[in-house]
Amino acid sequence: MKMQLGSIAHARSGDKGDLVNIGVIAYRAEDYEVLLREVTAERVKAHFADRIEGSVERFELPNIGALNFVCRQALMGGGTLSLLSDAQGKSFGGGILSMEIEA
Amino acid sequence: MIRIGCGQGFWGDSSEAPVRLVEDGPLDYLALDYLAEVTMSILQKQKKENPAFGYARDFPALMERIQSCGVKVIANAGGVNPLGCAEEIRRRCPQLKVAVVLGDDILDRVDEFPLLNIDTGEALSNVREHVLSANAYIGAFPLAEALKTGADVVVTGRCADAALVLAPMIFEFGWGETDWDLLAAGITAGHIVECGAQCTGGNCLADWKTIPDLARIGYPIVEAEADGTFVITKHIGSGGRVSLGSVKEQLVYEVGDPRAYYTPDVIADFTSVTLVEDGADRVKVTGAHGLPRPEMLKASISYHWGWKAAGTLVYGPPMAAEKARRGAAIVNERCELLGLKFDRTVTEVFGEEWAMLRMAVRASERGPVERWTREMIPLVLNGPPGATGYGDGRPKAHQVVAYWPALLPRTAVATRLEVLG
Repeated sequence: MKMQLGSIAHARSGDKGDLVNIGVIAYRAEDYEVLLREVTAERVKAHFADRIEGSVERFELPNIGALNFVCRQALMGGGTLSLLSDAQGKSFGGGILSMEIEA
Repeated sequence: MIRIGCGQGFWGDSSEAPVRLVEDGPLDYLALDYLAEVTMSILQKQKKENPAFGYARDFPALMERIQSCGVKVIANAGGVNPLGCAEEIRRRCPQLKVAVVLGDDILDRVDEFPLLNIDTGEALSNVREHVLSANAYIGAFPLAEALKTGADVVVTGRCADAALVLAPMIFEFGWGETDWDLLAAGITAGHIVECGAQCTGGNCLADWKTIPDLARIGYPIVEAEADGTFVITKHIGSGGRVSLGSVKEQLVYEVGDPRAYYTPDVIADFTSVTLVEDGADRVKVTGAHGLPRPEMLKASISYHWGWKAAGTLVYGPPMAAEKARRGAAIVNERCELLGLKFDRTVTEVFGEEWAMLRMAVRASERGPVERWTREMIPLVLNGPPGATGYGDGRPKAHQVVAYWPALLPRTAVATRLEVLG
């Protein structure tokens, strides 16, 4: 069944320089498997194709049913250099939840 | 068990939060994190203008409000002038004993190390003449030493944020420098609470609409045990919510590889911890695992990069977004006609029926940025129809202070302690 990621997971994003990290967390432990299968680094990069200029790397936190995505060159220089409204990458967490997944 | 509250997630966070934490329930320690990466450069600028400044000046005022609470306070409010900060606290609260941890400031010593940029590999010498501040991140052990003096307040400059929370655990429980799992537990606790209300329901996506009473949101408290287990909670009756969701979101916040969270005292493994609900607004954390501390310390260096400016206009219907996009194109063409050169520009259009146009530019020189600030607002009269929302006048050019992350050997940084009172 197709659905939006936000129906099974929540998320929070933040910055370190020009890098954005997005933590995606399954509400229910059993849905962690769905995250592992559906939410790949490639799909995250494609989801934010117009915002992430660098690579996306995925890390796993099975202990809390979460994935962490490290997205490079995502803030036009980052910090004080960034010209974006969202210079700290706060909106990526909410933004990823509209990704369509098969669950 | 000791209770450590965190009442400040950045300089500018709620000024009432630390007062509520010490007044609304039992607490042993209050940790306050004032320093973001760019804060040091702001403070350095203030110190240049007045050598008595250079610290978070609202912190001594806060200490005056809470001086009789009996809670030990640990804060990195000292910025680039921790001694000046301590002296001002003593002036306002003469009965308080204040310990100051010094040694993070390496501005006079930046030529002793290569200080290669962690992200780009560039040598600091490329921007050497523009450097404004340079500080090494220090760990929790010097702060724990400061607590041993019996101080009521510990003031420091640049330290690892989570060290403010780990320090009282080291002091109270006698943890050693190679107790990696215990230190990792303290760092994990510190990491979860260092952004204040972000673990008690603030900025929380998990079931956000049902989080109660954010107007009275409680700031976090760590109930820490000597064996490294701890509970994240908040005062009973305060607003917000401590849940598995709120704590998990903060555990992954601003993290790279969760198996290796680097701090001066230990490398913590966030994939090792177990989180369980432990009653209402209580989350218990166990099982923290740590790896030996790194040989290098992180340094935070700020330097003058150049100039930037950003401006906004608002367009009403009909076809607001299209008018906004056309307006932006006109500004860009006029800048070309004027021969203005920028390092980078950005145009954002938010909304459809009503639309906000936001434009921004940056350049190493001030001239083109200043000139650009005069090109956007004229659109109201000479661009697409119906532009408004220009109440703040023309955009202002701001100096861009950029951040240069680097590493230096641990052995190069020696901290020292001064006690006042």
